[in-house]
Amino acid sequence: MSTTLSIEDVERIARLANLELTHEEKQLFTRQLADILAYAEQVQAVDTAGVEATAHVNAHGVERPDEPIPCLAVADAVANAPDPAPEAGLFRVPRVIG
Amino acid sequence: MTFTTAREIREAIASGATSAADVCREALTRIDATNSSLNAFNHVVAERALEQAMRVDRQRASGASLGPLAGVPVAVKDNMCVKGVRTTASSKILDAFIPPYDATVVERLESAGAVIVGKTNCDEFAMGSSNENSAYGPVRNPWATDRTPGGSSGGSAAAVAAQCVPLALGSDTGGSIRQPASFCGVVGLKPTYGRVSRYGLLAFASSLDQIGPFTRSVGDAALALTALAGHDRMDSTSSSDAVPDFSAALTGDIRGVRVGVPRAFVADGVDDSVRRAFDASLDVFRDAGARLVDVDLPHARYAIPVYYLICTAEASSNLARYDGVKYGHRAATSTDDTLTAMYSRTRDEGFGPEVKRRIMLGTYVLSHGYYDAFYLKAQQVRTLLRRDYERAFEAADVIVMPTSPIPPFRLGEKTDDPLQMYLADIFTVSVNLAGLPGVSIPCGFTEGAPRLPIGFQVIGRMFDEATMLRVADVYERTTEWWEGSPPI
Repeated sequence: MSTTLSIEDVERIARLANLELTHEEKQLFTRQLADILAYAEQVQAVDTAGVEATAHVNAHGVERPDEPIPCLAVADAVANAPDPAPEAGLFRVPRVIG
Repeated sequence: MTFTTAREIREAIASGATSAADVCREALTRIDATNSSLNAFNHVVAERALEQAMRVDRQRASGASLGPLAGVPVAVKDNMCVKGVRTTASSKILDAFIPPYDATVVERLESAGAVIVGKTNCDEFAMGSSNENSAYGPVRNPWATDRTPGGSSGGSAAAVAAQCVPLALGSDTGGSIRQPASFCGVVGLKPTYGRVSRYGLLAFASSLDQIGPFTRSVGDAALALTALAGHDRMDSTSSSDAVPDFSAALTGDIRGVRVGVPRAFVADGVDDSVRRAFDASLDVFRDAGARLVDVDLPHARYAIPVYYLICTAEASSNLARYDGVKYGHRAATSTDDTLTAMYSRTRDEGFGPEVKRRIMLGTYVLSHGYYDAFYLKAQQVRTLLRRDYERAFEAADVIVMPTSPIPPFRLGEKTDDPLQMYLADIFTVSVNLAGLPGVSIPCGFTEGAPRLPIGFQVIGRMFDEATMLRVADVYERTTEWWEGSPPI
């Protein structure tokens, strides 16, 4: 496969990534991401038939009993929020329904 | 006094030759004297540090036993949480973040008696190889201030090189401890994946990130690793394997140890000065009674694309949490703006160009239609690369190679071409992909002026930092590169 990238592709990815890019950023990334992806295409040449994927190098099991342990107090958890509602123990956000 | 090693400082405090408070004041003075030219520290916590130091002095006065790092001033990369101390990851999006908890490594350092003096500058969210991606400006190399200290843990490397502190923490996702250690002429250790807890490290690529120490000697790296390592219930990927006393592993004897050299992999694209220093290091091992053996890593040539496909995918997921809701910057909104508009504007204002580039790349390779061709494929080649190392470690006990193919480059030299910057990570990234431990140690300088440090790395089997450090220590005992001081 050969990677071509249009500014519309970049806009689509930016929407998926929740990034509001400027026009200049879109143009720059269209060029730079195409360069990087063209370089990365060399992995296609490797024969990986039947090779399992490595998501993680850890071999050991990571299961543990599901027991509650102490965690952050609500007041501490909301203390860094840009718009906290500490009395309710909540984060305030702009309206969700467009 | 001038700082030498953490071990010497701890002994001087334990014997009463000096106090932890005096050592701490020395460190703060040195930071003050160098930071305007190096920009190694994002913030210094003088008052907190002096309180901690005086606590160590009171402990000693009361006759209580002192921890293995008692009174040792330590700098912590600014992507690790210290409770109550501003932690920014050198990003505008976290400019005012005050963590409500300590990273496990911070807890372990402090319970060993170490005194945290400040948070060091780094590439934004540890994404970079030159420290030029920091929202607070680049760190400068203490050996030549027009050069990069390397990245992403450039501030920690520069702080140890400039003798502000004998010990600093960094994080290494694709070389971010080893490469700046090499560029600044200090020791930088990336432990085996899972050896050290990542709890409280601001995540970049979770299957690759690992925390480790910068020091001036291999002995101090062993001392620090012993204090940092071990299972942590807060990080399910941390290993339950027993942690040996790594200091005890430094026997000075490597007779019969098989040192693997991947000659084909290091044949091309290596600067002459780096090649000369690396070849000379092989003679040192031969003279010490080790056996040099050739090893082959046929898939290592794919390490850069595999690494950048995987780390950006993981980064795009990890950095989704910075959304202007729970912490950090939030863009100004009008009453007409939706939640999604707030997210998108906040992230555009808060993230710098390299972080955006990586989020975009990672989102692309995880998106429908490209997942199999890029992300899954990269994970499969990662498996082949791991097998290469497994085979190589049947013939060798450690593997050595240069840390960086080039000496420290000029600030601004590579900023216009991200791909060129990525290519310089060729010798470090495969170690993270395979989860192996690696330590970079100084092995020489470039010829002519300015003298710029060169390093090489010793790579060990998973969870065999002991053999790796034993080999590195013998090299250090035999050579004098580590004794030099930068002009700063």
